[in-house]
Amino acid sequence: MRRALGLLALAALGALLVWAVTGLADFGHPRGPYATAGVDLMLKERHVDNTVVGVTFDLRGIDTLGEELILFCAALGATLLLRSQRGEGRAEEAAERSEAERPRIPPSLRAAGAYLVGPTLMLAVYAIAHGYLTPGGGFQGGVIAAAALLLVYAAGQLVAIERVRPVALVELAEAVGAAAYVLVAIGGIVFAAVAMGNFLGFGTEGSLISGGTIPVLNAAVGVEVTGALTLILTEFLDQARLRHSRS
Amino acid sequence: MSALHTVALLAVAVTATATVLVREPPRQLVVAGFFGLALAVLFMVLGAPDVALSQIGVSTVAVPVMGLLTLARMARREDEEDE
Repeated sequence: MRRALGLLALAALGALLVWAVTGLADFGHPRGPYATAGVDLMLKERHVDNTVVGVTFDLRGIDTLGEELILFCAALGATLLLRSQRGEGRAEEAAERSEAERPRIPPSLRAAGAYLVGPTLMLAVYAIAHGYLTPGGGFQGGVIAAAALLLVYAAGQLVAIERVRPVALVELAEAVGAAAYVLVAIGGIVFAAVAMGNFLGFGTEGSLISGGTIPVLNAAVGVEVTGALTLILTEFLDQARLRHSRS
Repeated sequence: MSALHTVALLAVAVTATATVLVREPPRQLVVAGFFGLALAVLFMVLGAPDVALSQIGVSTVAVPVMGLLTLARMARREDEEDE
């Protein structure tokens, strides 16, 4: 009975979906007006090549501010919740013990991990630094940077990762990134009379100095995302290790 | 729609179905990573490299790792309850 009802609902939903799809415009047509207007506007008014990053950090910069604060709060909340479940000292103790008990990681995996750390970090820096010139940007670069730190762990260098991601520094990066974005937004009020106003010189399009406040905000988001993601993954890792050492 | 679009869309359909059909959570996470990668290829083919980069970062790095760590922790808890 339940199965029949479910199948009936699915069939009805499928029919509605097919009906909706037949009413869609043809694939790729018509082009939305913003497809060209956005590129034009960003290139001429802001001297930025990557329209996506330009729109994200300028036209709809306030939305991005909200998004960034969401990530900030999420990382903060996850950390608070997970840390309340364990003492600070216990985590380090457990980490040391679990390192000793750790099953052997295949040398090939360690080598691959260690080899990939450098290029991945390089890609992250490139994605952030050239975000407003080529595809990329603060968010993408930040995620890649956090992935590089994870690779250090995958390579089995737990001792190394303790040094690479001192928790205080990661927390600081998260806070500084978020604060820098807010400060630039307020700077708009001071220097351009509107919040998020682009108050720096626009520079030459295609060069590293272009887009006014866009590269600054881009870098702020990069630092913030790296910090937030590393913090969340670190807490998750600590949780898994804590259990590991207790069993 | 070009052949490339069709291939990318098909890859998304296949990996998405596979994600649903695999019932074991750890395996499912890995398959879901491939699903994310297929989506990234589709975004790339559709001319949105920025979105593709975000997709790669989130679906092949952040989500599988968080999922695996959560599963690792839950497995330990079950071990403790058995003892």
